[in-house]
Amino acid sequence: MPWWLPASLSLSVVGLLVGGALLALGLTAGGLALADNLGQPYLWRVVWFTLWQAALSTLLSVAFAIPLARALSRRRFPGRGLLLRIFSLSLVVPVIVAIFGIVAVHGRRGWVNEALEAFGFSGVHYLYGLGGILIGHCFLNMPFVARILLQALDTVPPESWRVASQYGLRSRDLFRLIEWPAMRTVLPGVAGLVFMLCFTSFAVVLTLGGGPKATTLEVAVYQALRFDFDLGRAVTLALVQLVCCGGIVLAVLHLSLPGNLSLTEGRAYPRPDRAGWPGRLADSAMIGGAMIFVLLPLAAVVLAGFNAKAASVLTDPALWRALGQSLTIAMASAVLALLLGAALLISSRSLRHRLLRPAAANRLELSASLILVVPPFVLATGLFVMLRHVTDVFALAMPLVILVNALMALPFVVRFLGGPMMAEAQKHDRLCQSLGLAGWNRLRLIEWPSLRRPIALALAVAATLSLGDLGVIALFGSQDFATLPLLLYQAMGGFRMAEAAVIAAVLSLLCLLLFLSIEYGLGRMRFRRRVRHA
Amino acid sequence: MRIPSFLAALGLAAVITAGLSGAPDVLEAAEAKKRLTVYTYDSFTSDWGPGPQIKEAFEADCNCVLDFVAVDSSVGVLSRLRLEGASSKADVVLGLDLNLMAEAKETGLFAEHGLAAEGFVLPVAWHDETFLPFDYGYFSFVYDTESLTAPPQSLKELVEAPDDLKIIVQDPRTSTPGLGLMLWVRAVYGDKAPEAWAKLARKTVTTTKGWSEAYGLFLEGEAPLVLSYTTSPAYHMIAEDSARYQAAAFEEGHYMQVEIAGIPKSAPEPELARQFLAFMVSPGFQSAIPTGQWMYPVINLPEGLPREYGKLDYPSRPLLIPSQEVAENRKAWIEEWLQAVSR
Amino acid sequence: MLEVAGLTFHYEDMTMVFDLKVARGECLALLGPSGAGKSTLLSLIAGFETPSSGRVEIEGRDVTNLSPAERPVTSLFQEHNLFAHLTVTENVGLGLDPGLHLGPAERAAVEEALQRVELTGMGGRLPAQLSGGQRQRVALARSLVRQKPLLLLDEPFSALDPGLRGGMLDLVDQLRRERGLTVVIVSHNPQDAQHIAARTAFLYEGRVVAQGETQAVLSAGEPAALRAFLGNAPRQVSEG
Repeated sequence: MPWWLPASLSLSVVGLLVGGALLALGLTAGGLALADNLGQPYLWRVVWFTLWQAALSTLLSVAFAIPLARALSRRRFPGRGLLLRIFSLSLVVPVIVAIFGIVAVHGRRGWVNEALEAFGFSGVHYLYGLGGILIGHCFLNMPFVARILLQALDTVPPESWRVASQYGLRSRDLFRLIEWPAMRTVLPGVAGLVFMLCFTSFAVVLTLGGGPKATTLEVAVYQALRFDFDLGRAVTLALVQLVCCGGIVLAVLHLSLPGNLSLTEGRAYPRPDRAGWPGRLADSAMIGGAMIFVLLPLAAVVLAGFNAKAASVLTDPALWRALGQSLTIAMASAVLALLLGAALLISSRSLRHRLLRPAAANRLELSASLILVVPPFVLATGLFVMLRHVTDVFALAMPLVILVNALMALPFVVRFLGGPMMAEAQKHDRLCQSLGLAGWNRLRLIEWPSLRRPIALALAVAATLSLGDLGVIALFGSQDFATLPLLLYQAMGGFRMAEAAVIAAVLSLLCLLLFLSIEYGLGRMRFRRRVRHA
Repeated sequence: MRIPSFLAALGLAAVITAGLSGAPDVLEAAEAKKRLTVYTYDSFTSDWGPGPQIKEAFEADCNCVLDFVAVDSSVGVLSRLRLEGASSKADVVLGLDLNLMAEAKETGLFAEHGLAAEGFVLPVAWHDETFLPFDYGYFSFVYDTESLTAPPQSLKELVEAPDDLKIIVQDPRTSTPGLGLMLWVRAVYGDKAPEAWAKLARKTVTTTKGWSEAYGLFLEGEAPLVLSYTTSPAYHMIAEDSARYQAAAFEEGHYMQVEIAGIPKSAPEPELARQFLAFMVSPGFQSAIPTGQWMYPVINLPEGLPREYGKLDYPSRPLLIPSQEVAENRKAWIEEWLQAVSR
Repeated sequence: MLEVAGLTFHYEDMTMVFDLKVARGECLALLGPSGAGKSTLLSLIAGFETPSSGRVEIEGRDVTNLSPAERPVTSLFQEHNLFAHLTVTENVGLGLDPGLHLGPAERAAVEEALQRVELTGMGGRLPAQLSGGQRQRVALARSLVRQKPLLLLDEPFSALDPGLRGGMLDLVDQLRRERGLTVVIVSHNPQDAQHIAARTAFLYEGRVVAQGETQAVLSAGEPAALRAFLGNAPRQVSEG
């Protein structure tokens, strides 16, 4: 099999959907009126703000994630594994749920202000405005960045810690010499992904940004498409978004370094910077702070679910129907995302490892993320236009949702699986080649056992992401289609805020449960080295 | 052994995929009943909306099947029809905002309904040959009586109030209530609207994408006032038995929202569609409105309105800018609003 | 047995051109400073890298365009010769069948190979439960069951302590004689060459600059690069 074949297969799915949708919409519009649309000062003001808030959000997420990942890498404590998994939730809960969780904690009547007032201080109103956007985006993305960085730190060969302790390296030397190089191999990729997510943020920016001063391109696209029905403008703006965002992420990728796996004897050596109470104290503060920041809003969401309507919602068959449908979609799109992601990575791994072209490999991996930059309603409308001449779009509702959700999860699969797959190749590629281990045998005997944990993690993230996603199909409209997020929006739209709170709590707990069962069930640590000290 | 676990994972994937491809299709009625396709928005068709009750009532004597196609918002309904153009399967488009009526007509996609538009109890006279109204209401600022004892008595009082009186509103670029407020301010202030908006902007905690977010934040206590409808308190009185949330009555009058429906020229079942529109303005449909849409019905219901509606303040002066004028100026006014509130 | 002719490879700014001949049953040591191209040459012979021109012949057959698994070659690396999640038996068994479907005959062959490298009874262990030397012996056992005539060793024992290293080299030497293997071993240590290899090639900046009887090459003092590489070590060794 030629190296480019798997990636071509998976990229053609992405390309067909994204390109097809944009093209179909552009053709329907009968022209883009580029000059008219690009000449507006309003547009460039919006672009500028979008860039600014996205850059700032990314920077802050990364700035907090680095010390958090270091602290988590240094410390072992009961519940650490559970904490890491809960951290993954903030990324996957529906945005509207995240917003209400954040408001419950940081809002004008939130827990923070209530606590302040209880102690006789006057309340501080810091949520709405740029601060709110940053809090929102950090809440959504920082734990995800920390998790990826922690994964990178885990690949540091234990011998490095031995050397470090031998020479008495201090914490900041450790960072410079060992941790930073390890993190730098993954940082540009993950920062790029976070940048894309913040760049295309809609509800967080509008709601927590406080007003129309905080407007992202995504809002402008929505307006053009929905209220103005200006398809040409919508496509133009979507292209501006694609070019701006894609260009910047590509530039960031140039900062990446190829991962260099060092040899390891497979023994464990403790990190030398674990002793000493100042370090302990600082790490506890860091981890505790992050816990408060991430867990409180999630706790608020779950607690809000314990209200008087809980019993009636939980006994409503509509909830369970939606839950079943959501789970089916989540599992199917996760498996599909995994297959697409693995195919892409097999090719990019060949590029990186055998053909020694890391830059090309980076670009290949990035192209999988492009779907994130296309506004979902543009995608939905484009797909609708594209498909409705060919087939009955409603009959395709389920497969389409699965496909689109899978593509949305693809960039995350690539991030979570890319590093381990690369490391696996560095260790074993030549050995496999020389033994003639290829194809099915290599997958079954070598890749699967050693990649099982990252595969489980990627699958868990993809499944929960898809579980929490409203689904492009909600924009198509189909009467027999009900997922939990859709039900949540419907409840809110009908005054049923208490019912919505119950559904949000169910959804969040379901995300956690699904995450835990996939990660523990599939990735249970059977293949961990059994002997620590020979 | 590790091999079975790998196969098990693959098997799971296969089962899921297989299960999906075998997902149950919509049950086709055995006998060839006629099907009526109604495009609307999803809170109308949800279990909490009036949709299910209306479907049941209509199907009871039409010898047909009523299919709702629910789009994400009322604006989405119109764009959906525009995308499909003449090949649309829609028999009825239900849920457009009156403010968008002129734009909807300009598309040339709608046919005349050919029904007698009479017997409405709307505050404005209705004689449109393309669209019929199915509910209406008034925008209003709803307030929390526990945190606001003296609500503003007029839009002017609100605009001129000290800046620590906080409000939550919706964005006119993304939501119909937001558009409604923009027109309301326009109707009251005319060309002075930008100055009023600049003052309102200082009281605005946040501007949300849609009604749900705004109302949710209001119930969380983020502001004592939120842009909603005069009928919103009825929900709290009926469903929660609570009079805590009330609508502030404004002297200048309240801007109206009228929701309308029409028949596309391309309707596959135009006869059935006309039958549905006639049903729409009959008690069978209208009685689902007060507690399904939380809006006013457009006819006098035989059973009358729910008792709690009597406690609502019914605005004495309806405000409405002609739909044609809205169509001509909407973009410019939104631009003006944007300038005023972004300063 | 092995012939490398005009084998050209570009790596970054460096162009390497190799010519080399090894007779059947012989052991050749490749010496040279770091970056001279020793491992690259081995990779080219094994087929991990693709040359821009030139050819590799093994047993009179041109293998230049064959994949690593198709070449009659077994490679032993410095590290990562074993899969950490597979047992010793499974790791060796991979040499017999990449699908790991082992019948009684194959199991017996694995057991015999393990016996030969003095790891009898260790078949059920995982690599992490073995010492460094034992792990390399497992890899050696696997190359035995593969029964390929050419064995390429890329500094396989340099991480082991001197006594152990000597033992391993002896083992390789014995196996070579018993099975009639041809061995090419990369090392940076002249002592290894003296210990095991009748012939030695010295590499410098991507070329083979000296080649011949090990003792002759090491004591020639020519060219200057070889002198610099040896320092004054070999004389002491040869005298001692």
